[in-house]
Amino acid sequence: MAERIIDRAAFLECMAWCGTGVVYGLTGAGLVGKPFNAIDVAAAATVPGAGATFVQISDTHIGFHGEANGDVIATFKTAIDKINALPQRPDFVMHTGDLSHLSKPEEFDTVKQLLGTIKTGAFFSVPGEHDVINDRGKMYFSMFESASPTPWYSFDMAGVHALALTNVIDITAGGILGRDQLDWCKHDLSLQKPSTPIVVFAHIPLAAVYPEWGWTTDDYAELLTYLQPFESVTVLNGHIHQVFQKNDGKVQFYTANSTAFPQPKPGSRPKPGPLTVPAGELSSYLGIRDVTVHLNPGQIAVADATLG
Amino acid sequence: MRLMIPRAALAVALVLLSISLGFAVARTTGIAAAADATASSSVVNVSIDNYAFKAPQITIPAGTTVVWTNKDDDPHTVTADDGSFDSKGLGQGDAFKHVFSKPGTYPYHCSAHPYMKGVVTVQGEK
Repeated sequence: MAERIIDRAAFLECMAWCGTGVVYGLTGAGLVGKPFNAIDVAAAATVPGAGATFVQISDTHIGFHGEANGDVIATFKTAIDKINALPQRPDFVMHTGDLSHLSKPEEFDTVKQLLGTIKTGAFFSVPGEHDVINDRGKMYFSMFESASPTPWYSFDMAGVHALALTNVIDITAGGILGRDQLDWCKHDLSLQKPSTPIVVFAHIPLAAVYPEWGWTTDDYAELLTYLQPFESVTVLNGHIHQVFQKNDGKVQFYTANSTAFPQPKPGSRPKPGPLTVPAGELSSYLGIRDVTVHLNPGQIAVADATLG
Repeated sequence: MRLMIPRAALAVALVLLSISLGFAVARTTGIAAAADATASSSVVNVSIDNYAFKAPQITIPAGTTVVWTNKDDDPHTVTADDGSFDSKGLGQGDAFKHVFSKPGTYPYHCSAHPYMKGVVTVQGEK
């Protein structure tokens, strides 16, 4: 598959902004989206034929105390309340990284306690670069992924085969998967049926969202070749603290909102980083993502709901 | 300002020791620094601001202490490309000190934002 670089204009053109939220219906033919109000997040779960659900949260940045959000614990709790109020308890919750702001033990402890209040069948996570900044992830992996001998793993739940990847260690430009992880992905995917819906989680976007700010993964193109045989592929990432969506052939790609603070639109400022928005508007920039796996093969609905 | 590593204390001790023994204090005239890099005695300050090392290239005499301070509310690191020093994560207002005792060229970067790069060139003492 040809690697596609998105310039800023194209980014903004195909970017799905969710002032209130956007709900998508995925089919093999492509993606259809329509705006929805945050309260309508239940819509995805009430579509006829809907099946299991899971939730993606991202970039909680516990330990952040900057101007952009003076209380990241409070906004994380609001997100948790929103998950716990969903009409259908999610089969699992995936945190796509930057659980902590500075990889401090007390930050990880706080995250873990808060995550324990989520009503869900299982919890998974992948690390962000903030979670590995001191020790290449040693503490993070000891607290959150002790069951896996490697920083990457897969699981079968909610009717999908999910890959949970790490692309934040030893980064030199954008994210990096590395030779060992790519080889593992190739092998793991070779064991799956083409009709099995595949969901790929990682922190840094597995697409060239905005390479100028490192919002890409250097070797994602090779991963895409291993995903080509499958009828339904959904890639869910974090890192950029805003919802971005694009189709790359059969691969549906989404980044998620943070629960802590937004970041600027690509190129709208000289540098990325925490964005301070007008008082009272913060919750409209933060959110959770509810994903419904339909009984019809290859149909997955992704619904982003803001916190306010 | 919070010091992130015990080595910082050692650095201060070494500077004081060198002064008390009457050794020539490292000269600060060789600093090819821009922006707000400032030199005082044998200490050079480099701020980390807006996702950049504000004095990305500095030239210092051997024995000079360099102090980096992160002014961003996003964490950064000061990590030698060869691994010889590493601040680990610096929060807003955190500082990291390193004493450059041996002449040479020391490229470094931020491990969280690898496009942030800097170089310290250490000259022999005169």
